[in-house]
Amino acid sequence: MSEPYSNEPMLDMYIFETTQNIEQLETLILLCEKNSSYDQESVNEIFRIMHTIKGTSSMMLFNNISTLAHSMEDLFYYIREQKPKDIDYSIVSDLVLEGIDFIKAELQKIMADEPVDGDCAHLIDNIKEFLSLIKQQNHSDIDIKKPVSNSKQQYYIAPDKSGNSLQANYFKATIFFEDGCEMENLRAYTIIHTLKELTQEVYFIPEDIMENDQTAEIIRKQGFKVYVKIDLSYDELHQLLMQTIFLKDLELVQLDNGEELNQYFKPVKRSVEEIPIKIPKIQPQESTSVSVNQNMISVNVEKLDKLMDLVGEMVIAEAMVVQNPDLVGLELNNFYKAARHLHKITSEIQDMVMSIRMVPLSTTFHKMYRIVRDMTRKLHKEVNLKLIGEETEVDKNIIEHISDPLMHLIRNAIDHGIENGDEREALGKPRAGKLILEAKNAGGDVLVIVKDDGRGLNKEKILKRAKENHLLTKPESEMSDREIYELILLPGFSTKDSASEFSGRGVGMDVVLKNLETIGGSVTVDSIEGRGTTITLKIPLTLAIIDGMNIKVGDSRYTIPTVAIKESFRPKETDLIKDPDGNEMIMVRGECYSILRLHEHFGVNTDIKDFSEGILIMVEQGNKSLCLFADQLLGQQQVVVKALPNYIRNFKKIEGLAGCTLLGDGSISLILDIAGLISK
Amino acid sequence: MDEVVVQEFIEQEEDTQKGKFLIFTLEKESYGIEIKYVTEIIGIQQITEVPELPEYIRGIINLRGKIIPVMDVRLRFKKPFKEYNDRTCVIVVDIREVAIGLIVDSVSEVLSISENEIVAPPDMSKGGNKYIKGIGKVGSEVKLLLDCDKLLSGEEVENLSEI
Repeated sequence: MSEPYSNEPMLDMYIFETTQNIEQLETLILLCEKNSSYDQESVNEIFRIMHTIKGTSSMMLFNNISTLAHSMEDLFYYIREQKPKDIDYSIVSDLVLEGIDFIKAELQKIMADEPVDGDCAHLIDNIKEFLSLIKQQNHSDIDIKKPVSNSKQQYYIAPDKSGNSLQANYFKATIFFEDGCEMENLRAYTIIHTLKELTQEVYFIPEDIMENDQTAEIIRKQGFKVYVKIDLSYDELHQLLMQTIFLKDLELVQLDNGEELNQYFKPVKRSVEEIPIKIPKIQPQESTSVSVNQNMISVNVEKLDKLMDLVGEMVIAEAMVVQNPDLVGLELNNFYKAARHLHKITSEIQDMVMSIRMVPLSTTFHKMYRIVRDMTRKLHKEVNLKLIGEETEVDKNIIEHISDPLMHLIRNAIDHGIENGDEREALGKPRAGKLILEAKNAGGDVLVIVKDDGRGLNKEKILKRAKENHLLTKPESEMSDREIYELILLPGFSTKDSASEFSGRGVGMDVVLKNLETIGGSVTVDSIEGRGTTITLKIPLTLAIIDGMNIKVGDSRYTIPTVAIKESFRPKETDLIKDPDGNEMIMVRGECYSILRLHEHFGVNTDIKDFSEGILIMVEQGNKSLCLFADQLLGQQQVVVKALPNYIRNFKKIEGLAGCTLLGDGSISLILDIAGLISK
Repeated sequence: MDEVVVQEFIEQEEDTQKGKFLIFTLEKESYGIEIKYVTEIIGIQQITEVPELPEYIRGIINLRGKIIPVMDVRLRFKKPFKEYNDRTCVIVVDIREVAIGLIVDSVSEVLSISENEIVAPPDMSKGGNKYIKGIGKVGSEVKLLLDCDKLLSGEEVENLSEI
């Protein structure tokens, strides 16, 4: 009984759907709360979501989720039917959000393959208590019906298939389940669910199997009767039904005509007509997403990763063919024409695959509303969160990495940054704090900016703190404002004197930085005291394929991301400067840049040690520039970024290397980490 | 049902691999490595050096699109470096999901060594046999059987504790 459905795809689908439903529900609740009213459409939508979660959860035997959803459904059923006037909607929101949190936690457990054992009894009690309270307040003398059959089928009806019922046959099936398999009504429902995918004309007795657990008893005694009009032959249908789990006995009869059934089919047809009315449309935005959904399929990310890898291999293979050493010196006009065509197609495929992996930041951004809500309530602050550019798209992998850092930043901003209402008024600021979360594209990067209008960072406090923790690496007087602010990114730094529930354990900001560094991003901090703080996260658009310039040093090949290169040139002897420490520098158009000899840095043997024989490549990252000295440029190529093998990464983090890639001839080139080289 | 069959199959496969060792040579000694770790054996390839790594990790190679590190077992065992020639082989092993290539002088054969032919290495207080899990007797010869886990991790752990 513990695991009757070892059906993995079904579980995946359940998790996926429920997560989506929960997210939708959360957004909806927050929106309603913002408008401080629950309009009819929202209530309907919430009711529908709860109903779906309840149904699917009980089908998957996650009873605690389904009972919780059931109690919430009852609550909203009451609200929907009675339209009570005096309801404290903030309590409703609290109850539902608590429920959402519970379901989320349970989903996590399901995903981690742990027993789903959360106890939601107190939540249910709270909801029930509240429900009876509002019933009293509203003096409702109409007894509440259980939300039953009036909502029964309209959500599960497959797209209109009546057109193809030309050769339809009529069947009557009576199904008995094995003794003691329990939950007969749910098992029966799975049969109906399967049949619904094939035809819409299904009728069954007893009819309220999903809503009424009593029906299990009826099915146990009298069997589950299904009337169906379907264009399958007797054998096909028989085979289909025989697959039912815990099936004990199946009695399938083909009926000559539909007369016996027609009486039953009418209600189904009517409910088809009801759909447009019953399924509530919340907002224009929501309703478009509903209609778009029809054209969407959900794909496992692993498959996309695999596809990405394959496309990467293809790009390399293409380069292998086109840049094959055997071709050197040959006149091959037609070959190159074909090669160009191939290149066009491969790069289109590549773009397409990349675009598949791109997801808008909006889901991640919308999660922040919830955090802001919870925190402002607990801390009694007023904060308005504004989202800008939430439609900006980034790679799926990256989204996973920035969700936590963003949460940290938002928490920090509300906890440390924004003052409470009275303090703000005293300072002549509007009572409610403003928090802006913005995303925008900038070249090959995406900038995510968290900006508050709170008290800003206090330089003296930061310096004092840094001194106490021995975090200063150079004299105070030499540090720029920005350098001081960036001290807060160091591990073991927290200016808040005591740790609060939300932040301030001194582990926040360095985690933010670390998380971003793993995806090749960076963090900058700006602040004006008394006016607010701006934290900018710079993240690469994608991890997978970059434009790179291949260079040669001795026998080794390196790749520099093209976006980082400003120019490359051969220096004039007269522009070179050497300081007493032996550091080499070069004057370019009146500015002085330091030079890094790659062969020295990486310990590579090369004959070219004189600047006049090699080439200098000026690279830039952030606002800092550096000239790299290499033997020669080999040419530009799109390269697939691969991580260094785990073994080496576990060994140590090699400074100045971001990863590696395969070149056209199958050899490996190391990708330089420009930010790492410059910061050295 | 399928799962049971697969399970049996795996067990069988493990069974056939049990007690089998791939024998390779370094200088005059013969070493054995459990066959279940070995993915494949390839000739020496172009190696891309990676800076800042210990000398015995020669760099990385491209194994049909997969990039794996290669370790020179000679250097790992503090033996003198020997130029690679056409006998030099790279044994690709997969140890707990970590793929790595081991550069050895040459590969000779696959031997079955039953458990009662294997004796524990003598207990030497001064290191020396920390990579050796056991000594297998085959006829009049002995084969040193490698402890793969230690080969990959042993020294790094020590290094850390020294610091």
